[in-house]
Amino acid sequence: MKKRVKDFDDYKPSGVHYKRSFGDIMMSVITYIVYSIFAFVCVYPFYYIFINSISNNQLSERGKVIFVPLQVHFTNYISVMKLEGLFEAAKISLARTAIGTIVVVFTSAFLGYMFTSKNMWGRKFWFRFIAATMYFNAGIIPLYITMTNIKLTNNFWIYILPTAISPFYMILCKTFVEATPGELREAALIDGAGTLTIFFRIMIPVIKPILATVAIFTAVNQWNSFQDTLIYITDKKLNTLQFVLYQYITQSSSIKALLNGSSSSANIAASMAKMQTATSVRMTVTIVVVTPILLVYPFFQKYFTKGIMIGAVKG
Amino acid sequence: MFKTRKQREGFKEFLLVLPFIIIIAIFCYYPLYGWVYAFFDYKPPQALTPDKFVGLKWFKSMVENPVKVKQILGVLRNTFAISGLSLLFSWFPMMFAVFLNEIRCVPFKKFVQTVTTIPNFISWVLVFSIAYSVLNSTGVVNSILINLHVIDRPIDFLKSTSHIYFKQWLWLTWKNAGWAAIMYIAAITGIDEQMIEAARVDGANRMQIIRHITIPSILPTYFVIVMLNLANFLTNGMEQFYVFQNSFNKEYIQVLDLYVYNLAMGSGGYSLSVAVSILKTIVSIILLTLTNGFSKLVRGEGFI
Repeated sequence: MKKRVKDFDDYKPSGVHYKRSFGDIMMSVITYIVYSIFAFVCVYPFYYIFINSISNNQLSERGKVIFVPLQVHFTNYISVMKLEGLFEAAKISLARTAIGTIVVVFTSAFLGYMFTSKNMWGRKFWFRFIAATMYFNAGIIPLYITMTNIKLTNNFWIYILPTAISPFYMILCKTFVEATPGELREAALIDGAGTLTIFFRIMIPVIKPILATVAIFTAVNQWNSFQDTLIYITDKKLNTLQFVLYQYITQSSSIKALLNGSSSSANIAASMAKMQTATSVRMTVTIVVVTPILLVYPFFQKYFTKGIMIGAVKG
Repeated sequence: MFKTRKQREGFKEFLLVLPFIIIIAIFCYYPLYGWVYAFFDYKPPQALTPDKFVGLKWFKSMVENPVKVKQILGVLRNTFAISGLSLLFSWFPMMFAVFLNEIRCVPFKKFVQTVTTIPNFISWVLVFSIAYSVLNSTGVVNSILINLHVIDRPIDFLKSTSHIYFKQWLWLTWKNAGWAAIMYIAAITGIDEQMIEAARVDGANRMQIIRHITIPSILPTYFVIVMLNLANFLTNGMEQFYVFQNSFNKEYIQVLDLYVYNLAMGSGGYSLSVAVSILKTIVSIILLTLTNGFSKLVRGEGFI
């Protein structure tokens, strides 16, 4: 906790000087080279797709844009917004991310808090009833049939309800609530506050740090989710960005048809550079879908890291 | 029924939680009922009627019907190959963390750590989009190989089946390794400094400290990861393989999770799909119990 990640050369007992051996220096050099390669492999693909999305579309289509953008323009980003269904999909993705996150944060905090109350009728049983669901899954078909029976297929709430309660985050919150001083709640009880008042007025502010972690993980999961659209949704109006992007990749021929239909007048040599191609659409939409993650991650890194650490302790 | 005030309060609290219990019951417990479809000959639009009961027919077909046997053996081969590779290289994130810790330039270390973790947070669809952009016939890999005259004609990497398991492992590692390393980095941070100091006084060099102090200190973490890997041996998830599958590589990329999906959604074999998934669940539970028991034996505590 208190110590930073340590460094070999920090360990110098006073008055002793260590010479770095040749082997140590060689190791440093190799380490730097290898990790530069790792970093490059992780950064370059994003950069590559980005420069292609802002370059001359004809050059990009032929694979000529590799290290620097050529003939920069930003029309692609305006054009993709006009693609049929993309804007709708963006709205659905945003909606499910926002609503899904609020719901999961609330249920995790609320259940985590409620299950710390010793009085609750059948507390142990119900807690296990929920926690046990971490370890099994009915399987694709039984779930599909259930969702069909309760009319959740082709319904926006399929994105929210089945994942509304996360046993893992519930346990996380419970551990956090248990670590808060008991006097806090007792004092409020004596002042006449009810269960819900204590939850909203006292507990939520106290467990905010863990809720931030839960929120960020849920938001990323919701944004990235693809399988539920694939299985439960046939109504195009409910497609998410991830799903639309997947279709753009696998059905590039239909994309071409779609584009040619809309840009018949743009067939002049001068505008060729900016005319949409299957490649440009794919690259641009990829950047649109990935940008929220790339923007969010560096700023919230500490919450992400905290998530895995708590998971490790529990796990 | 509830005599004291305390008990009444307790029941009120239960009522507050009840809606959530109902949601869990509907979405996690009620679907388990669908396992009965494995014992019927179920075709989607019709309702289940007793005369459709076929007993263990689907389970038997998995070992008796030659076509099915061949298919399932193929699927098992893919699952074992991919899980086996992951297990074989499960030390990679650990070594990644160990040597990353040796880097003295803190901004560089931070930078590497940040950029290698990001892929963990993008979806498989995005990973596939990246793979497609980089590897298709006009992608950067083919462009460079052609410019260097290594090849004359672009290779369609995503359709080829050569080294397919290894390539899938590479994508998995590209996505996960940086994130998996964080746990080890934390474990390394927890090592007692005096131990390292003492080793230095005794004249140990970096390699020796890594070998005799760092790695032994984080082996318990590694052990848990290996056990978890073993417990999830049959579970590869379907998303990665779904997005990477195409008609050329399907035979080699179809892992169990994807097979269950393809059977039902692709060819309408609902009942067989449920039967396969039931068997998979049973074996997985056994694996989990075994590894958890083994972990208890070795470390004195399990991971469930």
